[in-house]
Amino acid sequence: MAVDKSTVAHIAKLARIRVPEARREALAGELNSILGWVEQLGELDTKGIAPMTSVVEVRLAKRADAVSDGGCRDKVVANAPESEHGFFAVPKVIE
Amino acid sequence: MSMIQGKTGEWEVVIGLEVHAQVIAESKLFSGAATAFGAEPNTQVSLVDAAMPGMLPVLNEKSIEQAVKTGLGLNAKINLNSVFERKNYFYPDLPQGYQISQYLEPIVGEGALTLDLPDGSVKEVGIERLHLEQDAGKSLHDQHPSQTYIDLNRSGVTLMEIVSKPDMRSAEEVGAYLEKLRSVLRYLGTCTGNMEEGSMRCDVNVSVRRPGEDLGTRTETKNVNSIRFAKLAVEHEAKRQVAAIEDGGEVVQETRLFDPNKGTTRAMRGKEEAHDYRYFPDPDLLPVVLDAGWVAELKRGLPELPDAKKTRFIADFGLSAYDAGVLVAERETAAYFESAVAGGGARDAKQAANWVTGALFGALNREGVEIGASPVDADKLGGLLDLIQDGTISGRIAKDVFDAMWESGKDAAAIVEEKGLKQISDSGAIEAMLDQVIADNPGQVEQFKSGNEKVLGWFVGQIMKASQGKANPAMVNQLLRKKLG
Repeated sequence: MAVDKSTVAHIAKLARIRVPEARREALAGELNSILGWVEQLGELDTKGIAPMTSVVEVRLAKRADAVSDGGCRDKVVANAPESEHGFFAVPKVIE
Repeated sequence: MSMIQGKTGEWEVVIGLEVHAQVIAESKLFSGAATAFGAEPNTQVSLVDAAMPGMLPVLNEKSIEQAVKTGLGLNAKINLNSVFERKNYFYPDLPQGYQISQYLEPIVGEGALTLDLPDGSVKEVGIERLHLEQDAGKSLHDQHPSQTYIDLNRSGVTLMEIVSKPDMRSAEEVGAYLEKLRSVLRYLGTCTGNMEEGSMRCDVNVSVRRPGEDLGTRTETKNVNSIRFAKLAVEHEAKRQVAAIEDGGEVVQETRLFDPNKGTTRAMRGKEEAHDYRYFPDPDLLPVVLDAGWVAELKRGLPELPDAKKTRFIADFGLSAYDAGVLVAERETAAYFESAVAGGGARDAKQAANWVTGALFGALNREGVEIGASPVDADKLGGLLDLIQDGTISGRIAKDVFDAMWESGKDAAAIVEEKGLKQISDSGAIEAMLDQVIADNPGQVEQFKSGNEKVLGWFVGQIMKASQGKANPAMVNQLLRKKLG
């Protein structure tokens, strides 16, 4: 898999990161070398080996269905740049 | 199958539905915040739901149970291994910047739903999959001229996305699918199915093709919040696509929005990159591994579902497929009917069905009352049926008694006693009335004697009037013929 300048621009847009035109070529090179390094894993023969999701034998933790959280509106909106009547207030987004 | 008539011939409509059903649970999919509808904004939000840094999701076991139950109710394959993934996109009501959903390995695989169509026939529609995911928060666009208000109470609530196969061919089938799915979810107790509160929402995928040809390009219409709107969206979208193709254009694969005020659909703006969701397994969550024994136990504990109940009602009570379908659509209605039939002696099930779907439904609709709160409960209706059956009151009087029961909440027997509504089955009393009417109306007697049978009905009417509806109609008919003989 190879990343070019236009892929860099596309990913940056999806991630909402501003990457100036002048930086894209260099970033493509960096990403390609990271991907190339990871792709070394492809050299291993993993035929017949089940995918591993954890290094220890654990099952996913579950909790009982009970209300044990919430009711902390002040904390929830504390970091909001703007908040009105208990809502987050953001620039209008509408179709 | 219904076809759309275009300028250049017939077109077939192909429809698939994605239904988002909110799971009934006290708390959210990955946090312990409450799920109750209608709370003050942002009061049912944990720091997990607000996506504060460092917060970790912990799975609600009830969400898993509800999804598996629903899968079993849809006769679907339960996947003992499933995986939560991150679906990445930005929107103000999605604080994480991704929705935790299931993608390649959903918890439930293929199943089927049997539709009951208005003409009494049935049709099977395939279920493609059911997966679990988080709901997003709610955006309010109309509270401020330049701002959107965000309420995260809904953020993180458990949704089941139920995806059908593209097996539907008309708006009518879409309506039947949504009604049946809602009925099954309510029987199972896994979703309230309340579309007004948004606990069941639907995206409609529509394409058109010439009969026998390959599938056409489809559009996905969002924001469809009632069964009626789903049917309107299908009709509008199918006609729009046919017109586009016949006018030399083409259908563009896109997401459209339904406009409830106009009953039309329109393209959403700026969505060209939106489908690049970059799914990957959520590193905060291990795969969901189910125990086959636990699944089998849930299956044994399932309630009798509408299809099985309908079959039983037809077999045991001799009801028509249509009546049985109407009675089983809501679990509460079916339970009401069964207990109204069960009590007392040998009550006539068909008569009971007629009373439930006729007088009772009429009164419930008129007054906007749920069947569980009906002033005439199943026992009381049963009592009324007994009085009709043993000849104490006529069917005509029974309607008045029902209305009086509805008003007062009293028993049928008490009302009949109070108002003196007992049917007159005493032949002496009926004969006396008949003699009077015959003596007063020689003209009509003459008409009958000269062969006019219709005048018999007139005589019956006179007797019913004279007895205030209480005379036993069968006896009146019998005695009248004898007298006029």
